[in-house]
Amino acid sequence: MSGPSTYQPKNGFTRWLDARLPVMRLVHDSFVAYPTPRNLNYWWTFGAILSFCLAVQIVTGIILAMHYVGHVDLAFASVQRIDRDVPYGWLIQNIHSVGASMFFLAVYIHMFRGLYYGSYKAPREILWILGCIIYLLMVATAFLGYSLPWGQMSFWAATVITNLIGALPVVGESIKNWLMGGFAIDNPTLTRFFSLHYLLPFVIAGVVILHIWALHVSGQNNPAGVDPKDESDTVPFTPHATMKDLFALTVFLILFAIFVFYMPDSLGHPDNYIPANPVVTPPHIVPEWYLLPFYAILRAIDFNVGPIDSKLGGVILMFASIAILFVLPWLDTSKIRSMRYRPVARQFFLIFVAVCIALGWCGQMNPSYSMFTAGEFRAGLHWVEGGQSIQRAVTAESERRAGATFEEAAEAMKAEGAQIVMVDRSSPTDATLTAISGGQLREAELTAHSLDELEAQIAERKAALGAAGVPYVEIERNLPFEFTVTRFAQILTAYYFLFFLVILPLLGLRETPGRVPETIAKSIRGAA
Amino acid sequence: MKLRSLWVAVFAALAFLAAPALAAEDAEHPPAVAWSFEGPFGKYDVNAVQRGFLVYQTVCATCHSLNHLSYRNLGEPGGPYEASWVMNEETGEREIELGAGHGRRVDPNENPYVRAIAAAVMIRDIDRETGEETERAGRPSDRFRNPYRNSAAAAAANGGAIPPDLSVINLARKGGADYIRAILLGYTGEEREGRYVNRYFSGGLIGMPSPLTQAGMVAYEDGTEATIEQMATDVTHFLQWASDPHMAARKEMGLVVMVFLIILAALTYLAYKNVWRDVKH
Repeated sequence: MSGPSTYQPKNGFTRWLDARLPVMRLVHDSFVAYPTPRNLNYWWTFGAILSFCLAVQIVTGIILAMHYVGHVDLAFASVQRIDRDVPYGWLIQNIHSVGASMFFLAVYIHMFRGLYYGSYKAPREILWILGCIIYLLMVATAFLGYSLPWGQMSFWAATVITNLIGALPVVGESIKNWLMGGFAIDNPTLTRFFSLHYLLPFVIAGVVILHIWALHVSGQNNPAGVDPKDESDTVPFTPHATMKDLFALTVFLILFAIFVFYMPDSLGHPDNYIPANPVVTPPHIVPEWYLLPFYAILRAIDFNVGPIDSKLGGVILMFASIAILFVLPWLDTSKIRSMRYRPVARQFFLIFVAVCIALGWCGQMNPSYSMFTAGEFRAGLHWVEGGQSIQRAVTAESERRAGATFEEAAEAMKAEGAQIVMVDRSSPTDATLTAISGGQLREAELTAHSLDELEAQIAERKAALGAAGVPYVEIERNLPFEFTVTRFAQILTAYYFLFFLVILPLLGLRETPGRVPETIAKSIRGAA
Repeated sequence: MKLRSLWVAVFAALAFLAAPALAAEDAEHPPAVAWSFEGPFGKYDVNAVQRGFLVYQTVCATCHSLNHLSYRNLGEPGGPYEASWVMNEETGEREIELGAGHGRRVDPNENPYVRAIAAAVMIRDIDRETGEETERAGRPSDRFRNPYRNSAAAAAANGGAIPPDLSVINLARKGGADYIRAILLGYTGEEREGRYVNRYFSGGLIGMPSPLTQAGMVAYEDGTEATIEQMATDVTHFLQWASDPHMAARKEMGLVVMVFLIILAALTYLAYKNVWRDVKH
């Protein structure tokens, strides 16, 4: 906690300055004398690492903006020019694109640390909420930045995300058109994305200042989750925390440099090296790795709930997954901050981390990919060899009655002696029924291990029969239960929300905490 | 203890589920080649890049552009025709020699190899006197010649499909160099619906007819036998350089940065321990 200032101006100039603008006092109190808990571990070094990441992104970004051209016809080529012809452009561009990933890696560790040690609990609610705002701004900035190189993934990610906003009722369409600057993703979209991508980092910097301010009012949490009792539990920020942060930052930079110098493209998608093409949709549209868990939540909703269709449901859930973090301080009922002393909650937390990683995996998978199936894929084929066909047009009274009407008519034709009847719908209420009577009814059964394999077999058999003069094959597919990526993502999404809405609120009321050791409950000097 | 084994089981299950997902592609997996540019110390094989450039100029350039490259890039540091000044011991005169060498680097625009390559290409331009369209011999500063006037012409000449630009092709395809080489070698010779069967292409049918049809279609100058496989490997090597021309500089700087950071980490660690040596925590 920031006590009274201990700053002593040393010479005439600093005394003169201190009386007019006490900026040196602010720096001294915030980054030199600021009391830091003694027992902080390495997870607490990510605050400094994140500040560094923000500075790196802003500095490299400003240089890149000097060379980048925000125009749909020139953007891709201008990034290539930066990589090839601008002196050390390849270095700056790699640092900026890898830096985005490193920034998110650090922020996720920082957030999970806050979750584990209960850093969101009183009196740090505002500190936590400011952090959530920073994260949200980071997501927006990263998304806007990803669209700037104007590669295929840039273009299609922008299309998918703006379409999501269009799913919102009433206002969605207007907001979408306003964001796009027209009715499709085009040059106005790119120029406004560039403008906002340049603006938001400075907004982040502003909120970071508030975040640090709030931190310095309430003081840092620590692994024990017990507030320092007196001054002897803390050490001055400089040199103790400064040196530790510097060491941790250097280790982090080694990882950063491995990516920048040895695998700069490994974190991106190859499709973004193909210039944007509005008429060719890539087979898999995926965001960058750090947004995959949210993408998985978005796609997990493949069903409609009452008036909410699946698309809107996904959008709501995706935003809710971030929004829920804002109210977390009031959802967790436990008085104990650190999960070190909450053995049951710790297990649920570890599952939560695994769930977030698994959601990321789901996000990059084809949602209909089948993880396992119970049994085989079967299809029964029926056809008639020879015989003669009769055609009959049927019109239903209404669209709702159409299905039943056609079925009744088909049954009637079968009763008249037809072996097989096919329904060819020409409009929602009209259909032509073709019945084949006489001839020989034949059947065959196909089995396969996957749906694709089965469809290939069906197509092959149909082609062979078609060549033999059989006009119509009735196919009855018998598919086993399939556990798809979407199902898996649904279970994971359910856990994500249950963790915040049920597990944390209930656990705080029911659990028996582990014993806090005496040496932590008391001050260090008192125990020694 | 029980909980720990549960965790092991969960991660084992996840790993098991992830395994078939990675192999779920319809095309054959490209065979892995031991490229000289792989690994943290990997370098381009200059001879392979030169041969590959010849393959590009003779075969690929009839349909594929290389829009983001200029002829001067061939003579820039790390490029296949980089040259330097050397002193001829016998005559005492300065001569130009291929390679980075030890002497002063030859300006790419003055580089005789690059000038000759550019001059052999006719570049579309506007005559300054008349304003008419004209063609002139290329210069090192020119962009690589685009085989088509515009994208409509490219589409019209290729049945509606525009041959992709090759500037960053090795980065733009999953599997990188291995995949590009495999595509060039993956033709079975069958043709279906006006497209060509290729074992490594997703869907199996590719619009591009087999470009490397017979051994020796490119006349290599360094005595290497121009087999189809050799040409495919070489042109892929060239395209890798085209996609990532600063790789050598990047890896060289990376080594210095890594050594610096590791020493810095050791020093900051010692300083950190020193500051905290008398602090109980």
